[in-house]
Amino acid sequence: MNTSMSKHSPRDRVTGTPFTRGLGVVILAGITLLIILAIFVSPADVNQGESVRIMYAHVPGAWLAYLAFVVTGISSVAYLWKRTRSLTWDRIAGASAEVGVLFMGISLVTGSLWGRITWGTYWTWDARLTTTAFLFVTYIGYLAVRGLGGTHQQRARRSAVLALLAVLEIPLVHFSVQLWNTLHQEASVAGRGTDVEMDGLMLFTLFLGVVVFTLMYVWLVLHRQRSLALDDMLDDSGLDNALTARRAEAQGVAR
Amino acid sequence: MSNSVPGSAGVIATARLIAAKDLRVERRSRVLLNQVLPFALIVMVMFAFALDSDAVLERVAPGLVWLATLFSVLVMVSRSFAVETGDGALDQLRSAGVPATGIFIGKMLALMVQLMVLVALLVGAAVVLYRAHFSWAGGVLLVTTATAATCGLAAVGTLYGGLAAGAKGRETLLPLLLLPVVAPVLIGATRATESAFGTNGIAISEGWPWLGLLVVFAVLFSVAGAVAFGPLLDE
Repeated sequence: MNTSMSKHSPRDRVTGTPFTRGLGVVILAGITLLIILAIFVSPADVNQGESVRIMYAHVPGAWLAYLAFVVTGISSVAYLWKRTRSLTWDRIAGASAEVGVLFMGISLVTGSLWGRITWGTYWTWDARLTTTAFLFVTYIGYLAVRGLGGTHQQRARRSAVLALLAVLEIPLVHFSVQLWNTLHQEASVAGRGTDVEMDGLMLFTLFLGVVVFTLMYVWLVLHRQRSLALDDMLDDSGLDNALTARRAEAQGVAR
Repeated sequence: MSNSVPGSAGVIATARLIAAKDLRVERRSRVLLNQVLPFALIVMVMFAFALDSDAVLERVAPGLVWLATLFSVLVMVSRSFAVETGDGALDQLRSAGVPATGIFIGKMLALMVQLMVLVALLVGAAVVLYRAHFSWAGGVLLVTTATAATCGLAAVGTLYGGLAAGAKGRETLLPLLLLPVVAPVLIGATRATESAFGTNGIAISEGWPWLGLLVVFAVLFSVAGAVAFGPLLDE
């Protein structure tokens, strides 16, 4: 990689900056504190016992996944709007969707494990859960479309339109699953106990989890966005290199 | 952009021409008749093998009709765009300045007509194979449901088919993109058809609210498709 990018300065080739390095240190400290608080210090739940500790990874993960998809939607609008059109928005949208899919996977797995322990079942056809699963699959499709190839502009426009269609689709899916559910299932487990009183330390740990995960998201998206930019540069320079090679060949023949 | 030049009359004329063209292609090639309809029928037979109980089949017949429809939509959308991308026809239409909205509406209408034929056949198969009960009172609900549902399916199918058209690996990508989006149609159409068939003693009047969902879906995605189809193709 280093040799093929020789015409760019070495600074272009790294994804880290002093800011992200500082952010990384803060995140590492935050994760350490979160693990200590979540696993050792915070109390067990009255009803759920020790299993409540899954919450400190599950809730921030789910929050982050939704945040990531909102960012993807907003960046897609920013790309499609002519005045702010820039491939950077497209790469932010793509990076954010990748991180979102990762965190949605984490929150689905932790959620179903938690559900198995507390409700006795891995899955329930609750509207929130089902919508989350649809969102997960939809953005896997979005990432597949990003990988279709073509020019950077083609990829950007195609995926931006798709991201906006997903914004249209998800509320419809949520609404129809809710309608389906209320008629066919009387009680929904996931809706139960939403207004429970929470211990102060538990609430703080959860809050810390959300903050740390959000910082982690920012760190990941910044790095991923830059590595996507490097990918694009490599694509472009690959074409340039091939052109230079062909020209050199042609000159060799002429002589 | 080029689609700002022709007026709305151009859009409607284009839509009519494209729809007529697609139906003519079908009339002469008979792909729907000779391949898609038999495929849908064999899916209905396979469901019976998998579920293996007359009572269960009668209960889930409406869902199976729409599930078989969804599977067939995937095949039909691939076919609809294979016709366009085969000789680069879609690119030529676009470079000739044909309005994208017109192309979208035309392809959507042709797909909708073919889907209606398919659904009619599948309902007949459900009556024969699964002992679904068809009544004339439920028939009105059934026809309205089928119209709204096929309109929504055709709109989404054309939109995502256009997105995947011309891309490498589109055959495998289309189901991944399309199936999550059409989930509301499966839910709404199945519930409405349950009422029309009177499955589990559900009254016909209970089916009409589900029709609302189908209409909202059809309108939203028809409009979204008409707007978004141009940007998707202009590459």
